Amino acid sequence: MERVRRMLCVLTLFAGTAAAADYVAVPGGTFSSVLPADDKAADVVVEPFRLRSVPVTNAEFLAFVASHPEWRRDRVASVFAETRFLSQWQAADQLGNDALADQPVTQVSWFAAQAFCENEGARLPTWNEWEFAAAADATRADARGDPAWREAILLWYSQPSGKALAPVGGEANLYGVRDLHGLVWEWVDDFNALLVASDSRDQGDPDRLQFCGAGALNLRDRDNYAVLMRIAMLSSLKAADTTANLGFRCAKSIE
Amino acid sequence: MTMPAASVLTFVRAALLVLLLALPTLAPSADLPGGASRPSMAFGALGLLPGDSVYRLPVALTDQDGRNFHLADRRGSLQLVSMFYTSCPYVCPLIIDTLKKTQHALTADEAARLQVLLVSFDPERDTATRLKEVFGQRKIDGASWTLARTDTQSVRKLAAVLGVQYRKLANREINHSTAIVLLNTDGRIIARTDKLGDVDADFVAALRKAIAATGD
Repeated sequence: MERVRRMLCVLTLFAGTAAAADYVAVPGGTFSSVLPADDKAADVVVEPFRLRSVPVTNAEFLAFVASHPEWRRDRVASVFAETRFLSQWQAADQLGNDALADQPVTQVSWFAAQAFCENEGARLPTWNEWEFAAAADATRADARGDPAWREAILLWYSQPSGKALAPVGGEANLYGVRDLHGLVWEWVDDFNALLVASDSRDQGDPDRLQFCGAGALNLRDRDNYAVLMRIAMLSSLKAADTTANLGFRCAKSIE
Repeated sequence: MTMPAASVLTFVRAALLVLLLALPTLAPSADLPGGASRPSMAFGALGLLPGDSVYRLPVALTDQDGRNFHLADRRGSLQLVSMFYTSCPYVCPLIIDTLKKTQHALTADEAARLQVLLVSFDPERDTATRLKEVFGQRKIDGASWTLARTDTQSVRKLAAVLGVQYRKLANREINHSTAIVLLNTDGRIIARTDKLGDVDADFVAALRKAIAATGD
């Protein structure tokens, strides 16, 4: 009853805002990923799924840590999170002035993001799911061919990252998903599937043979720098790493 | 739920707005499965494991004889750990060869103190039966080697904790990086190599040192 009252209160005052942790449907379909399904040219098939409309916020992650104290920054096992984990918070159980409630949580490791999503019956999106959702602008399912759209995203990448993060709840894309571009980088489930490594240069040397089969990634759409930068960033990370600009959102499969 | 709400009130920003935005996320969500979260990754009956032990990760495995075990059950002896899949045409046979050569670079006494664990990237196809076949095909030592499978989500997490990258292709082949990892008795990664084919002399030296340090 208390919860209903709160929800009504929020709905009344903030109808139309996007800050609630809701999931929206993303239709999926055949999609030309920058990472071809066969490492050559094949499209990928993205099944319909649901995606959090906004990234996970500091307030949400604080609530998770309160109920799962093994993820407090002063208790987490170092194998799951490096020392900078949640270091922008004032204390292990307090946000403080440098981590506002409705800012996206950052300085979170892949393991911590996984644990948060699992706790709400969800998972991290796959790279292809994220890429599919992020290809849309406000009116088109795939805006990637539009130079103006690419330019707008690259403009964000060129901004200095020193200033405070905006609250979640930017402009919605076609599916009602917000903040895929322009706010934070985001973990994906298969971040360690994005094999863009210097190792590919070693393919000819049998002593340094790194990869089964086709070798390192064959990137398609090399002009899409915005997406390629994201892949390069994700592929450079280890699962316990955290950064000041890396957050996450969760996804759910549609049964 | 009052604790986080109390802290947000201290913010310089418009406190009411922040509070109201935060509330629905602090309340239990209607579509959660009754608050029953899945087992946490960080804790269990693991006691005094170091924080950087890979045994912190709960991974349920099944070996080539269909026996169930947990990754952390390997605690107590030195482990060479790598990942592979049985239908891999080229690199994975090399991983097995390299592990054998590494074992053979040790004395019999040294080798007896070391166990080998290979976990499949491909649980869909690598059944226990399939893993068992590899022992015969590749003349693998059944006393010191374990070939194992786990669920898809645990494959991703195990690879993450071992620093291995892999990606399934549409034709079901799997691109993957190679790592042979040496775990000490508490599951800490103390050496690794990505060298295949020949024995990595530095890695063998690290292995010898660890065996000597483990003692009897």
